[in-house]
Amino acid sequence: MVGNIVLNIQNVDKTFGGLQALSNVNMQIEEGKIHAIIGPNGAGKSTLLNVCIGRLEPTSGTVRFDGEIITGKAPYEINQAGVVRVFQTPEIFPELTILENVMIPALAKRDGAFSFNPFKSMSDETDIFKEAELVLEDMGLIDQMYDHSGSMSRGDKRRLELAMGLVQRPRLLLLDEPTAGMSRADTNATIETLIRIKERGMTKVIIEHDMHVVFSLADKISVLAQGAIIAEGAPDEIRGNPKVQEAYLGGAH
Amino acid sequence: MNFFKLSPRDALLMVVFAAVVLLAPIWMKPFGAAYPDLLQKFAIFGLFAIGFNILFGLTGYLSFGHAAFLGIGSYTTVWTFKLLSMNPIPAVIFGTLVAGLFAVLIGFVSLRRTGIYFSILTLAFAQMCYNLAYSVLTPITNGETGLRVLRDDPMLLDKALGVVQEGSPIGSFFGINMRGYPAFYFCAVILIIGFFISLRIFRSPFGLKLRAIKSNQNRMRYTGFNTRPYLLWAFVISGMYAGMAGSMLAVTDPLAGAERMQWTASGEVVLMTILGGVGTLIGPMLGAVLIKYFENIFSAFNESALHDMFSFLPSWLETVMVTVVHPFVGEGWHLTLGSLFMVIVIFLPGGLVEGATRLFKRRKSDGVTNKNSGSEN
Repeated sequence: MVGNIVLNIQNVDKTFGGLQALSNVNMQIEEGKIHAIIGPNGAGKSTLLNVCIGRLEPTSGTVRFDGEIITGKAPYEINQAGVVRVFQTPEIFPELTILENVMIPALAKRDGAFSFNPFKSMSDETDIFKEAELVLEDMGLIDQMYDHSGSMSRGDKRRLELAMGLVQRPRLLLLDEPTAGMSRADTNATIETLIRIKERGMTKVIIEHDMHVVFSLADKISVLAQGAIIAEGAPDEIRGNPKVQEAYLGGAH
Repeated sequence: MNFFKLSPRDALLMVVFAAVVLLAPIWMKPFGAAYPDLLQKFAIFGLFAIGFNILFGLTGYLSFGHAAFLGIGSYTTVWTFKLLSMNPIPAVIFGTLVAGLFAVLIGFVSLRRTGIYFSILTLAFAQMCYNLAYSVLTPITNGETGLRVLRDDPMLLDKALGVVQEGSPIGSFFGINMRGYPAFYFCAVILIIGFFISLRIFRSPFGLKLRAIKSNQNRMRYTGFNTRPYLLWAFVISGMYAGMAGSMLAVTDPLAGAERMQWTASGEVVLMTILGGVGTLIGPMLGAVLIKYFENIFSAFNESALHDMFSFLPSWLETVMVTVVHPFVGEGWHLTLGSLFMVIVIFLPGGLVEGATRLFKRRKSDGVTNKNSGSEN
């Protein structure tokens, strides 16, 4: 039983000069599932995400979102189509307040890629404000929402980053190591949040190093090594796969 | 959408701003600046800086070519005078629109690059306009002599309406000559409108998005925004402000010359904005007033005035003082401006507004510790 395919990565190759970063990657992401991509450092995980959001163009192959080719489209078009990426190193608006940081993606969702409204007042945007407030509540950032985001701790910045992604209610959320550099407590809190929002039917792709995170969240796991997919399946199948243990888990333990 | 709705704080700011501007002829007196020519300059360059700040302050894109729009506004205004009417209303409207048109063209090309390359592109365009005005476009700009209104110009609208002026042509707002205080009040009203629009832009989602572009443009793209049209609009709006300021220069003195477009004029508005406070609402206005004030005061001093000033000193000390101060005044007043600018940038990178906020905060925290009382605000 295969559900509706949201993201379809077909025969994607990516070379940087002589380096083969991705070779013939095929991957189907099912609607409503959490799909984890794991693999050792330099396996091409981030490159794959970058291809999906339009930061990089593949050397060959296509990425389809909802059946439509998104390779070669501008990043803002891919976002507007409903693919949102949460960055590994927090990419926020450090000069703005936490609230403003979350209201901006909410405005993008409502108004589209461009809208000229210089005589509207932000204080009249109660819907946007409420949406942002809700997500900030979820992320535990509500008490500090009028503070400048630039002075937040790294862990808080990552939660803000996640809030900025969630407020757009994307069809597909791409998470690049959402718990990297977090304490155990923060990691668990993030896992809980991700499980909670799973019920909202958002499809998620997670790149993660932390096996604890992967095995407690993922419905399906793809293992990437040296730019190619070497295994794919449910968490239990992956855990028992000797090829995976050799390439990845063996090295880690 | 209620166009005139402001938050109570902004409404207060608006009222205070309008009062300060309209009462300037009174409270400027002790500073020796209460004469209409200078007050007009305050209003005109204040408007120029307020508009420049919408681009530079909100998006962080530093244009070094905004004087081109100032000049275009002036030329268009004089041409409107010549062809249509000495009434400043159509003149200012056309000046603003034509400058906006040029801003679309220049912005469209320049905004393909960011940072220093953007600045260089705008500078190149402005210098091109300046040189064209002096050479190829002489039939339109009247070259070095400058464009002026002549008695036998068509002035079709005025002729059709039977408006006749005695003496040399001068801007006339339904019979009120655009000279002296009436001209200042004309500029002041436009300044207040311009400030109001700027305030609305600052408080709008559009303004917030511009600030986000300044903060992290790349992130804006991955957040789903096509940043190019936002930047172009900011560029065009600030170009239109510059055109309007240029228009008013020509309204108060119906003469347009190419020197108005020179790169030093573009640099001046950058100085004004930084001096007052980039990205703040009133900073650019403060900077413009300060620079125009000092320009007027310091450049008026000459050697004999200095001797008078220090005449109470023993004559050898008088000579020393005059020698030391002399390079900083008169034609050398730019030295004073330069020093002032350096002091501000080094000690108050946020400009005068930052200085005022710091002072205010310190006094407030002093007050709290003295009274040992709770929070205020």
